[in-house]
Amino acid sequence: MNSNTPPKKNNWSWRSQAFRGLIYQLIAITAISGVVWFLAHNTLENMRVRGIQSGFDFLNQAAGFDIGESLYPFDSGEAYWRAFLVGVTNTLRVAVLGIILATVLGTLLGVGRFSRNALVRGLCLSYVEFFRNIPVLLQLLMWYVILTEVLPTAADAWTVGPLFLSKGGLNYPIPVWSTGQLWAAYGLLPGLLLGWLYRRWAVRQFEATGQVRSMVLLPLLIVVLASVAGWALGGAPTEFNRPFKGDFSIENGGALTPEFLAVLMGLTLYTASFIAEVVRGGISSVARGQGEAASALGLNRKQEMRLVMLPQALRVIIPPLTNQYLNLTKNSSLAVAIGYPDVVSIANTALNQTGRAVECISLVMLVYLITSLGTSLLMNWYNSRAAIKER
Amino acid sequence: MNTTTFQPIAPRPAPVNTEGPVAWVKANLLADWKTSLATLVIGGVLLWLVPQILNWAIVKAVWAANYDACRADGAGACWGVITEKYRIIIFGRYPFEEQWRPLVATLLLTGLLVASCMRMFWRAWLPLLWLVVLAVFFALMYGNTLGLSKVETDRWGGLPLTILLASLSLVMSFPLALLIALGRRSNLPAIRSFCTIYVELIRGVPLISVLFMASFMFPLFMPPGVNIDVLVRVLVGITLFAAAYSAEVIRGGLQAVPKGQVEAAATLGLSYWQTQRKIVLPQALAMVVPGIMNNFISTFKDTSLVTIVSLYELTGAMSLALNSDANWRPFTIEGYIFIALIYFVFCFSMSRYSHWVETQVNKSKLR
Repeated sequence: MNSNTPPKKNNWSWRSQAFRGLIYQLIAITAISGVVWFLAHNTLENMRVRGIQSGFDFLNQAAGFDIGESLYPFDSGEAYWRAFLVGVTNTLRVAVLGIILATVLGTLLGVGRFSRNALVRGLCLSYVEFFRNIPVLLQLLMWYVILTEVLPTAADAWTVGPLFLSKGGLNYPIPVWSTGQLWAAYGLLPGLLLGWLYRRWAVRQFEATGQVRSMVLLPLLIVVLASVAGWALGGAPTEFNRPFKGDFSIENGGALTPEFLAVLMGLTLYTASFIAEVVRGGISSVARGQGEAASALGLNRKQEMRLVMLPQALRVIIPPLTNQYLNLTKNSSLAVAIGYPDVVSIANTALNQTGRAVECISLVMLVYLITSLGTSLLMNWYNSRAAIKER
Repeated sequence: MNTTTFQPIAPRPAPVNTEGPVAWVKANLLADWKTSLATLVIGGVLLWLVPQILNWAIVKAVWAANYDACRADGAGACWGVITEKYRIIIFGRYPFEEQWRPLVATLLLTGLLVASCMRMFWRAWLPLLWLVVLAVFFALMYGNTLGLSKVETDRWGGLPLTILLASLSLVMSFPLALLIALGRRSNLPAIRSFCTIYVELIRGVPLISVLFMASFMFPLFMPPGVNIDVLVRVLVGITLFAAAYSAEVIRGGLQAVPKGQVEAAATLGLSYWQTQRKIVLPQALAMVVPGIMNNFISTFKDTSLVTIVSLYELTGAMSLALNSDANWRPFTIEGYIFIALIYFVFCFSMSRYSHWVETQVNKSKLR
């Protein structure tokens, strides 16, 4: 053996970087676990002294409070974990709707900044500057005051077609459940499949030949047509549960409470201003030569936007857009300030009733952590698809 | 021999004017039928809406502190509520006669914030000045010295509290964020994973849950018998929260420093800390100033959340001022508009500043 490899360094001296690194890490671990032990020890000691019980067993006890609104029926006799579940669904409901609406509005505003009309540009700019420089909590409170004090009472509710808007919230007609609706769902399934197959074919055709086919509208049309066909096959039920003005309030139909509307509007309008900036930044990050090259090839403005600018802008847009979605979800926790029963609000009530601060706050944090991680994963997956594959 | 007489061709028309207001209107408002239609529609809506808003906010508004006049039919905005309550809205529950103290303290702190934004004050003595001003701020607000009466922190409120929470959490979170950002890029796995877990954990939860933790769980964390003021607990909560976000911004700056810089430093024989202090951080921090500024703006807005754990900063003081007085309670909207304007002025000027810094930083790159 006459290899020239130097002997392996295994020297345990202060000069060895690896050894010092090991020592630093040991010190860090000791310090952190010391702090954690100190806090945990104090907490247990304090709980013992004050007679606070701990543990998650309270989740099975009866909650004993009513919840203003929930997606499914809940009464005060049910267990705490059911109440928490109602809170989570309420949070997700407002967050998902808010994300969809804010994306649409924000994209329009962001693209509007490149309009050739100075009024549109100015309007979009002032919207963005106005809404993102005022705390979202303040905006929620303002919307809540407007919805509950400025709007008329149920007796003189504003009426647009079958919709009623009043201090009691927004009332709208809902279709009466019958087998026809089930048939619409049956129609939806093959529609989704057909739409997806068509879209895949269109994308492949585009990649093979460059022939542009409708990749969004036509598949959507297929899905809608299929479910309409299912609905027609099921006997085309047209019965609606319409709201009407009762003596004291609007009765029947579906209803959105003012709390829900205030949270939704506040979060949507606030986040849309940030999304508008993200979209604007994404579009302006595409090199100017790309647009010029597109017009040199004879593409019109619409084609230029769709085929050249947007695919490149998306790469820049998606990561900050993910952040905005996460922010919206986290900001939905402010609903507690105006009494919308989201998960923070339910946890707050449970905390006040049972005194188990550690458990309730950890549950809230866990819910948000899972939601955040889930959104991140989903958006990262989408990002890896939208990213331009560089050779 | 043929003679040809010179025949000039017809002169070309003068070029279309592209300067001046007329040309601007033609290009930006009436370019083609779509643009013209948009101008017509938006202009029409604005012409209909703006006079109504002006009418409500200025022409028919009631400025005197008279709630009967505000309730009269056809009265517009009731700014009288501001004339009546502005001291409570701005200074919260601070004793009325002593309110010059928060005023002076706030002016001092705001002045220092503005000064810190200017290049000519970026000197070694600036941190020292910060310490002095913060000491003066606390002395003025808390009193109990120099013949000033003592004012407990639970009576602090309004704009001074907002500015204090925002600036103090920024100042305290910065060194922490720096260490965490360096830790996330460290070669030592234990330190790196701890920093990563910290940042992702904090960024995954809303501030309100951290504030709840600060107000309900911190008392349990402390050894029995130790009571920590609620203001300090909330301040610690906001600082820990802001540090995670600042750390990500700083990490972005660290990543943007070319690897060759670190390698060059290693060739020169600099140690880790020497490399960071003399080579990496000066370049990275210059790049992250706009990002830090944006974080500061969002922290400034986020301070409004402490009203949920019952500290009366600007938003809380506003609700306090109006909810305790049935005469003025119907005019909450005007109160909200007033504090929204205060927030707007602060945040908008800071975002302009951040924009200016960004162009300054980019200028050095364009050279």
